Amino acid sequence: MKLSKKFLNDFIDIENIDYHELADKMVLVGNEYESIKRISEATNVVVGYIKECRKHPESTKLSICKVDIGDKVVQILCGAPNVKQDQYVAVAKVGAILPGNVEIKKAQLAGMESNGMICALDELGIDSKYLTEEDKTGIHPLMGIPEIGEDAIKYLGYDDEVIDFELTANRGDLLSIRGMAYEVGAIYGKEVKLPDTKVEEIKDNIKDEHTLTVKTDNCSIYLAKKVKNIKIMESPNFIKSRLMASGIRPINNVVDISNYVMLEYGQPLHFFDADKIGRDVIVRMANQGETLVTLDGKERTLSDRDIVIANPEGAVGLAGVMGGLNTEITSDTNSIFIESAIFDPIHIRNTSKEILRSEASNRYEKGIDPNGSLLAINRACYLLHKYAEGEVVSDILVHDKANKEDKIIAITLNKINNILGMDLETKEVEKIFKDLGFESITKNNTFKVSVPTRRLDINIEEDLIEEVGRLYGYENLVGKQPITSIKQGSYSRKDKMVKMIRTRLEALNLNQVITYSLVSEKEADQFDINNHEKIVISNPMSEDKKIMRVSLIPSLLSVFKYNLARNIKDINLFEIASSYYKKDDKYVEETLISGLMYNHYYTNNHQNKIIKTDFYVLKGVIENLLNYLGLNNRYQFKIEQLPSELHPGRSVNVMLDNELIGFIGQVHPQLSKKEVYVFELSLDKLMTKKVREIKYKELSKYPDINKDIAFLIDRETPALDIINVIKRAGGRMLANIDVFDVYEGDNISDNQKSIAFALTFSDSSRTLTEEEINVVLNKIINEVETKLKAKLRTK
Amino acid sequence: MKYKIIKIQEEIDGKLSEVTNTKEVLDLKVAYLGKKGSVSELTNMLSKLDIEEKKEYGALINNLKQDINQKIEVTIEKLAESEINKKIEKETIDTTLPASNIGVGGTHPITKTIDEVEELFVSMGYDVVEGPEVELDLYNFEKLNLPKGHPARDAQDSFYITDEVLLRTQTSPVQARTMEANLEKGPIRMICPGKTYRRDDDDATHSHQFHQIEGLVIDKDISLADLKGTLEVFAKKVFGEGRKIRFRPGFFPFTEPSIEVDVSCFKCGGEGCSLCKNIGWIEILGAGMVHPNVLINCGYDPDKYQGFAFGMGPERIAMLKYGINDIRNFYINDLRFLNMFNRINGGDDNETK
Repeated sequence: MKLSKKFLNDFIDIENIDYHELADKMVLVGNEYESIKRISEATNVVVGYIKECRKHPESTKLSICKVDIGDKVVQILCGAPNVKQDQYVAVAKVGAILPGNVEIKKAQLAGMESNGMICALDELGIDSKYLTEEDKTGIHPLMGIPEIGEDAIKYLGYDDEVIDFELTANRGDLLSIRGMAYEVGAIYGKEVKLPDTKVEEIKDNIKDEHTLTVKTDNCSIYLAKKVKNIKIMESPNFIKSRLMASGIRPINNVVDISNYVMLEYGQPLHFFDADKIGRDVIVRMANQGETLVTLDGKERTLSDRDIVIANPEGAVGLAGVMGGLNTEITSDTNSIFIESAIFDPIHIRNTSKEILRSEASNRYEKGIDPNGSLLAINRACYLLHKYAEGEVVSDILVHDKANKEDKIIAITLNKINNILGMDLETKEVEKIFKDLGFESITKNNTFKVSVPTRRLDINIEEDLIEEVGRLYGYENLVGKQPITSIKQGSYSRKDKMVKMIRTRLEALNLNQVITYSLVSEKEADQFDINNHEKIVISNPMSEDKKIMRVSLIPSLLSVFKYNLARNIKDINLFEIASSYYKKDDKYVEETLISGLMYNHYYTNNHQNKIIKTDFYVLKGVIENLLNYLGLNNRYQFKIEQLPSELHPGRSVNVMLDNELIGFIGQVHPQLSKKEVYVFELSLDKLMTKKVREIKYKELSKYPDINKDIAFLIDRETPALDIINVIKRAGGRMLANIDVFDVYEGDNISDNQKSIAFALTFSDSSRTLTEEEINVVLNKIINEVETKLKAKLRTK
Repeated sequence: MKYKIIKIQEEIDGKLSEVTNTKEVLDLKVAYLGKKGSVSELTNMLSKLDIEEKKEYGALINNLKQDINQKIEVTIEKLAESEINKKIEKETIDTTLPASNIGVGGTHPITKTIDEVEELFVSMGYDVVEGPEVELDLYNFEKLNLPKGHPARDAQDSFYITDEVLLRTQTSPVQARTMEANLEKGPIRMICPGKTYRRDDDDATHSHQFHQIEGLVIDKDISLADLKGTLEVFAKKVFGEGRKIRFRPGFFPFTEPSIEVDVSCFKCGGEGCSLCKNIGWIEILGAGMVHPNVLINCGYDPDKYQGFAFGMGPERIAMLKYGINDIRNFYINDLRFLNMFNRINGGDDNETK
């Protein structure tokens, strides 16, 4: 809501109040503003009178004007096509500063001297959206008979200041100058005065000429008056400049007056051509599929949720949103049928969402004061009489089902202080209610407050408490520490788990990222091992953010590509976030731990020491994490159900207690030419596992014995198979197995490989002898050779 | 005899000055002090002398022994030292060459911010709770005093899945869920961080996905002054000691009174600067007293209980705190950006309070 100082001053005397100060005080009572500025920042612009105007002999465009600017007559060259003798115009004198910091200087144009500039409105800083076609192409001849040499900005009403407020959704009352005046009045303790509405009416009676029937409950008030013999012309300067200040384009006196009154009272009005609307006016719900051509020339198909104004032939207006073309005010209009009505906010909201959000619909959605409708319609008649020479027809058509009584709310001083945590006294509270214009009677520390209908936002005690708080000033509120019982705050088990995993993955050189939950259809289908039913947004903003993701990996791949394109060479990422899907008609959010690793894991280039991420580094990271979570010996890596986006030869599933919890591996070369490794584990599944507490186990005091053995074996035999056989054969004494060499190539037949193991034997109760180890070792060799068709490799 | 002693003395000095390693020194020790060494020979000769001479030469020979022993020890030490020195010289590297890259990942700045806020509130007895992101209209709006058709819904254009299911536009539905889940209908102190979504075009200050941290306190005697006191603690912790809080009236359908909370500008201290647009204050969160309708909707009796709620945006806090000017940075995840946050914070965070 743009608030003009001059406009506001009509309702409350603020002439001598600094407008910036007023704006800042409004902020402190809860009304923020975006900007504060003058309509025109131009200086040194005066009213000039063109005494003489002739064409420049050497230019087709320029005119040479002799302009009386009060203290002297100057020669000004003007390029506007509409400049004429005997016009009053706005002249920027030499030395004037126009918006955009344009300084007017003495100039030579086509060999002639020019002492100033005759201004078009856009040169004075008026946005072209407010200008008529004529004003856009030429200068603006001033209306009326101004005094030559006086300040033209003032004459035009452009010396006004405007605060652009950003109002909260509950304060529909502030979408009017009247409401703003009450708010300012509450701050400054000043009275609000309402403008004139008294007008002499002619003998004709509206009831003889029209009938009104309201057939819907969605219209609580419908008032209609009629004004005859109106004359359509340009509005006076003060109306035009105030409309512009309020963000509305002036059109003609009649249209402008309907907007002007809406701004004054917050009550939208609609003017119909009385001759076109016909005798019988009906307010009803639209018939499903009924059509209406609205003022913008578009044919609208209506539903039974839209409210219409109609005559027996059909709809003539879409209530609260837009009038119909068939009853439009045109230059031939003679009589006006004025509507001042209140429609149901939710219906207007629905209709306007489909058709058009307008100044009127915005006000209807937020609620209209039922006591303002009559004031507004009378004010419109007054202005039409005064500025459109209209004759106001007597009497009024009335449909009124609204409750127009003040709301009575009783509240105790104690409750006010309890909620605010303040220590206010009765008198202080009474003053606030008085400043707000609320009548209140105090009895036994209880205030019985009458809230005027204009304050639709105040309905319960807490609403009144807010009024007291904001006007008393929250800056006066002293903070204190709540007195509450002692209680330990806690993180949920999941929180703790996420934090532990995060810390570990970071220690393992992975960077945490946060990416978007919404992905494209294509991304949503990738890495989806469970083939989940997707959650789809019904009103997406774009195709690439349409589906709730089931895997985080497509997002990590996007981050990878972004960084790679910026020449970042080593990329290690992880994210812990939800995946979303539907299962048995329920919406499920399952937390995933996902990561991406690419290129170097550890480097020292000048020493040529480099560890590049490969499958085994990835596997090491995952094992490290799982071991950290206390899951040693409970997980296995095997192929169970791999996403097709993974390299089938370099990827495995992660099984925990034989349950599938995720996958690790290289991204399929078809999806990424780079050797990128990814993992994804279900945190929710991990969390179902119970983990044993740490328990100390006595360390062996006796020395370990190390033995190395190598086998020649079919190259397809997985290492894990050999390890399992060794483990079983090694028994209790075998403490550890490591693979220290895998070799294929020279000296070994094509379908074989050599694989070497370092075995550690130990016993916590005694020193092992070489003989007994050799017995076990021979057993191991024997088992591996027979069970796996391997052969011991001798040096 | 005397001559022999002096000669040995001279001889050993000469030989010790020529040795190059410890073994040669030890050989010399054997050659002179060993059983068959030249000093031992002299000692053997003593028996042939008379008592006076025995006394005199005995003392001299003893001195000689001690002298040789000491010299040998010194020489060994010197040799050891020079061997170490040689080793050191050989092993000396160019320490100005670049370090090995020992990588450790970092925490995302939003998570860092959430962690900091969580930690503070947990220390004040709040529980960290969570709620679904795919939420019912019922919890996201209706229970929070935002019935269908309420104009305040415009400010939160939502991603809908069905007419009744949407992506939560705020973490506030967790307020309703927490109150409902509290079967005893007793006091609550909770904080809820999480992802939220609105149909905003992504630009420097808007993101269709962002985070919020919701706080809720329900008790019998909780006022706006308690809210202010609590947020003062918060502002000092997050934005530094000496920060002040300013309340301005605001509007949220689920609180009454509603408050916009400003913190005194931590760049200029309230004098006015470009960060605070010369106002001296920076808006950081929204708050208020829980609306009685919300209490009723969630099974609490507003005549017995009241409380406050607040909601803040970790993105905004991180942007202000670190001077980040484009919210999209958080979701692009440029590693160069993320790496800037891979360390402890200095400044006020680190000062002893």
